[in-house]
Amino acid sequence: MEFDHILIRYGEMFIKGKNRKKFESKLQSNLIKKLREFPDVRVSKKRERMYVLLNGADPHSVMKKCQQVFGIHTLSFAVKVNMSEEEIKQAALFALSDSPEARTFKVSSKRADKNFPIRSQELNHVIGGYVLSNTEGITVDVHNPDVELKVELRNGAAYITAKDYPGAGGLPVGTSGKSLLLLSGGIDSPVAGYLTMKRGVELEAIHFHSPPYTSERAKQKVLDLAAELSNYGKKVKVHIVPFTKIQQKIHREMPEGYSMTIMRRMMMRISEQLANREEILSLTTGESLGQVASQTMESMHTINEVTNLPIIRPLAAMDKLEIIDISRKIGTYEVSVLPYEDCCTIFVPKAPKTKPKREKANYYESKVDFSQDIAEAIDKSVVVEMDQNQKELDKFDELL
Amino acid sequence: MIYLDNSATTKPLPEVLESFRKSAETFYANPSSVHQLGSDAERLLTKSRTLIADLIGIEANEVLFTSGGTESNNLAIKGIAFKHQYRGKHMVTTTIEHPSVLEAFRSLESIGFEVTYVNVDETGRVDPDEIDNAIRKDTILVSVMSVNNEIGTVQPIEAIGRITKKYPKLFFHVDHVQGLGKIPLHIKSSNIDLCSVSGHKIHGLKGTGALFVRKNVSLFPLLHGGNQEQKMRAGTENLPGIVALAKAIRLIKLKEKNQLQELIALQSDLRHQLLQIDGLVINSPENSAPHIINISLPGFKPEVLIHKLADSEIYISTKSACSSKQSDISAVLEACQLTTDRTTSSLRISLSYQNTKTEIDQFVQALKSAIVHLTRSMRR
Repeated sequence: MEFDHILIRYGEMFIKGKNRKKFESKLQSNLIKKLREFPDVRVSKKRERMYVLLNGADPHSVMKKCQQVFGIHTLSFAVKVNMSEEEIKQAALFALSDSPEARTFKVSSKRADKNFPIRSQELNHVIGGYVLSNTEGITVDVHNPDVELKVELRNGAAYITAKDYPGAGGLPVGTSGKSLLLLSGGIDSPVAGYLTMKRGVELEAIHFHSPPYTSERAKQKVLDLAAELSNYGKKVKVHIVPFTKIQQKIHREMPEGYSMTIMRRMMMRISEQLANREEILSLTTGESLGQVASQTMESMHTINEVTNLPIIRPLAAMDKLEIIDISRKIGTYEVSVLPYEDCCTIFVPKAPKTKPKREKANYYESKVDFSQDIAEAIDKSVVVEMDQNQKELDKFDELL
Repeated sequence: MIYLDNSATTKPLPEVLESFRKSAETFYANPSSVHQLGSDAERLLTKSRTLIADLIGIEANEVLFTSGGTESNNLAIKGIAFKHQYRGKHMVTTTIEHPSVLEAFRSLESIGFEVTYVNVDETGRVDPDEIDNAIRKDTILVSVMSVNNEIGTVQPIEAIGRITKKYPKLFFHVDHVQGLGKIPLHIKSSNIDLCSVSGHKIHGLKGTGALFVRKNVSLFPLLHGGNQEQKMRAGTENLPGIVALAKAIRLIKLKEKNQLQELIALQSDLRHQLLQIDGLVINSPENSAPHIINISLPGFKPEVLIHKLADSEIYISTKSACSSKQSDISAVLEACQLTTDRTTSSLRISLSYQNTKTEIDQFVQALKSAIVHLTRSMRR
């Protein structure tokens, strides 16, 4: 016996009233895109649920992909059999084999199709008895079972599901607009991107590249992180902004204590202008209160002055350890900790101001004109599209 | 030529050799070097690792490259023993493991570890309950192969995994060198912590292999040096070999998906034909792995039959190549408690996805005439 489909339950989307249709079809199209590598898999929608029909694809591989799609509450493998007592019993036993760790179970039958002669309550007992006599070390617990075997009789067929797998939660990506993520290559910014995507937001990313102070590898790392993020939604466009000139100018002409604050303000200005150009309505950063000098309350106050776009800071109130936990879970940690210099770490002053003031930053900036440099940086930025779901061919593929 | 010794090693596929050659030629830089060439090599390394992880159903950082099955087995067993000896110094394995497992355990016994060797039944199968009985409070490792290299017995890995899961202190190692591409193995759902594979058994190259190490499982390295392979296996990465391994795994997985039924049919045809031969006994169980059939011809010296067959360019082996030079008796068959006339007269025929029905027919014909020929000369 084999699982032939995956049942998908979506949680929070219910409360979205009239928008539900939109959310549902977004989820469906996101799933279809996500499962493109399995040509025979189909995604269908019925009432409040969605079904992934496996048509021979490996159930666990497909499950793993589905678990990365936002907007899903829980998922279960399901098997469809004829409405015969014998087949239902065997399917129940098979479905239970997916949870070898379970010590207790219960059976919940729903007989929507009344053509089946055995009533729900009795069917629970029939299946429960069969499972008990064909397994070892597992007992019935109707109140708090490890696994609930669900049997549904509908339209002449029986559907059996067992273990619930957790979904990624959140809202389908593409239902909450777009944000521009300031992606550095560290641990925090990819996590911030992930959490923003979780709320249904589509991402573009901006990265400040300072060759030769930062290497090609550091840039590649950022692209790899963007590719990881694309696992959870759509392709991610990465805008690579040449930043060397501005950084050198800051280093040369601004007081050392304020160089970091002013560099951040320049990044914000560039990000805002680029967002405006791309019709993106917000910025997302990985800032976390108090983590480093640029993320004190005073720094945020001074840096934030240069833009009035909403800045989404999902990590603002999180501990570093919580952030690391998420980054490990979503697969960005391993990439983030690769030891390449990024542009934030190379021009770091010995003693950056932890309490910079707006007036002072404005005063120093007024002495030098950066507008030309900013315009040039935006103008010379290049876009790289990263899409894990549709990997582009590169020079390595023929080797593997 | 008919090559039926695929459990000893396989012929490398041309595609694999081509990948090896091209990557050795182009991406020769050290992946740890800072410059662009090194960066390219590193990306190719990462891509190979990710591809293997996807094919196996694990995470990329759970793939640790080694020089082959022997190193993977040694690293798993000694690595756990040395790192976790303060939890306990007892380990459990079976009597029919590959020498690279058994000898690793024996070496540990010589320095104060204790090992329980669980017996197998006459088909080579280990009873999961007996593994359970062998586990003690101070047990830190259970090591069981997925497929026996001599007789092809498939061990109940999932059932053993359910047992080891009950003991959070111990690790579960599976030697999957013979099983890869032939039998399904679900590393995650079988609760496997460590899993060895080798390149040259799947039409890859000698000197390539991997140990899959579950996240958060730490090992004491056998090789110290640079920071490669998460510091668990130092040494400049064998990038061309790794690329070749990734390619070989991809291709064998493809074969497994598309041609497994053909291989099973071929094996059952061979089994059927062999059963027609007078005096021949089949030692492999009915449900063995699809590529191995072990037989005994009591009264015949196996080496003589092998040389006779080699005259017609047909290549099979006695027991496993790793133990075949030591003595006449097959330790594996002995562990299965077969009679001496069977343990001293065994032959192993091992197939690959490349063998054909014609080859099987020719082999059986040649075997029959070799038997007739040798019987005649014996009587004289």
